[in-house]
Amino acid sequence: MSTATSTPGRAAGRRARGRFFGLRVAAAVVVSLVTLFPLYWMVVVALSSRAELLGGTLRLWPRELTAANFERVFSSFPVGTWVSNSVAIAGVTAVITVVTSLLGGYAFAHLRFRGSGLLFVAALATLMIPVQVIMVPLFRLVTALELYGTYWAVILPTAASAFGIFLARQSMLGIPRDLVDAARIDGAGHLRIFTAVVLPLSKPLVAVLFFMSVLQSWNDFAWPLIALQQNRLFTLPIGLLYLQGQFGSDYGATMAFALLNVAPMVVLFLVF
Amino acid sequence: MTATTVRRPPVAAGGPPRRRRGWRSGPVREQLAGYAFVGPAALLLGLFVLLPLAWALLISFQRTDGFGQGTWAGLENYGRLLGDAQFWRAAGNTVLFTALVTPLSMAMGLAVAVLLNSVLPARGVFRSVLILPMAISGVATALMGVLVFDENSGILDRLVRAAGLPDVPWQSGGAAAFASVVLVTLWWRVGFNMLIYLAGLQGISPVLYEQARLDGAGAWQQFRYVTVPLVGPSSFFLLVMNVIYSFQVFDVVFVMTGGGPRDATSVLVTYAYETGFVTRDQGYAAAIGVVLLLVVLAFTAVQWRTSRTRDLVE
Repeated sequence: MSTATSTPGRAAGRRARGRFFGLRVAAAVVVSLVTLFPLYWMVVVALSSRAELLGGTLRLWPRELTAANFERVFSSFPVGTWVSNSVAIAGVTAVITVVTSLLGGYAFAHLRFRGSGLLFVAALATLMIPVQVIMVPLFRLVTALELYGTYWAVILPTAASAFGIFLARQSMLGIPRDLVDAARIDGAGHLRIFTAVVLPLSKPLVAVLFFMSVLQSWNDFAWPLIALQQNRLFTLPIGLLYLQGQFGSDYGATMAFALLNVAPMVVLFLVF
Repeated sequence: MTATTVRRPPVAAGGPPRRRRGWRSGPVREQLAGYAFVGPAALLLGLFVLLPLAWALLISFQRTDGFGQGTWAGLENYGRLLGDAQFWRAAGNTVLFTALVTPLSMAMGLAVAVLLNSVLPARGVFRSVLILPMAISGVATALMGVLVFDENSGILDRLVRAAGLPDVPWQSGGAAAFASVVLVTLWWRVGFNMLIYLAGLQGISPVLYEQARLDGAGAWQQFRYVTVPLVGPSSFFLLVMNVIYSFQVFDVVFVMTGGGPRDATSVLVTYAYETGFVTRDQGYAAAIGVVLLLVVLAFTAVQWRTSRTRDLVE
């Protein structure tokens, strides 16, 4: 009885699983381990004592955990300031990115105005410009505008996102034209249509834009490296590079600090 | 021209009572609203990207260290590029890096996407793990790379020694250092490629595979003649994105190797940065940037024209 039911069941299960099932599972596990290992190793090094790291025998897990690396980092560098710099810059940048992307996306999706196609292509073309191409004049511009030495030196040049505008436009094209037209016939102005009709339908878009912008700003490196040369203004990636320069091969301390940079985004990523 | 054609309708519509309404919902008002909505983004992009771009072109014709006024140098900076071995080394490395990272990350991304699109236990967990590197900053990624590839205490070196294999000079050998940068970049980038391909794969109807199977196609043939052509739009998008990204690679190189040993991993953006903000030869740095941008633009234009799958993207 039991064999009679289980045999066709197993055959059906095998068919549903497809071919090379075991091999595919093994491959997925191996690929995942390769991806996770450097992150795991970073955590291990951050929690290991110096003696253990320099010890002759190779261990893939720590014998005893210690917070000494974190203590050394916190006592030697203004970590709290750097964390709040990162939070402030990422937060303000993300708000500006979300607002400008939503406004621009709505215009490109639902408003007819002369030169809109050209403007849209011009915005997208800015994606191809590496910051190193414009860094010299951008630094002079930021200095001339008296933004140098403030958060704005990083926030304003990175706040408008061509990709964000593109994403917002694509998303808003999905809002039925009839809905927008109906509001217009009812006498609503464009700002009113935007706030009362389009925005309530764009909540997932707002979340995606905000998350994307925070991630990018939190991890940004090349331009902040040039624009934030004062220790008190450093964001976490710049602080990380500075700390590595000071501590050299003290990997425990470097990785302890790197965790502060990495962990919040990993958590956000997994929650999202 | 615009003004006349746009303004006429409300007038033609006649009486004063309707005029205001025609003005409100008419094209002029819509045009003004369009400019107002695009305004903030256009202002920021124009002021902080396009203006500096034009300015960079101007500076590339000057001799300047960034302090005081520069002097006009004509094409001198561009002439110097031709005979600058360091520039050609960086340009060659940039092209080699792009030629390695683009196809490898796309092929690996597609392979993993196909794998994680098939029936597997805990498929969602595997997918989350694979895209996790996208959340890690370039600096942290590069430092993890150092941790793995360090020649004295790196974990890879210890594993190799424990296995009794010969040491690889990951930091002191030019080719090995270059390979280590490529490997770290792949670790960082494959997840993004997989994500785009997964989206592409989910748009393919299972019926097509069923039909291919009935026609006697094996697993490889199904992949070659159904999957690969049908993810064409994803491939085109990724090709453009990977090339643009690879030409801009900065964080990993700058932090992991600093362009060394002996310029073996130096790329155009790190060379431009060193020239502009370390040696402060800013006119020359601008010229390097302009050349870099022209190469990226040329590539993208060629890609856009020749791609057969372009229509599917639009």
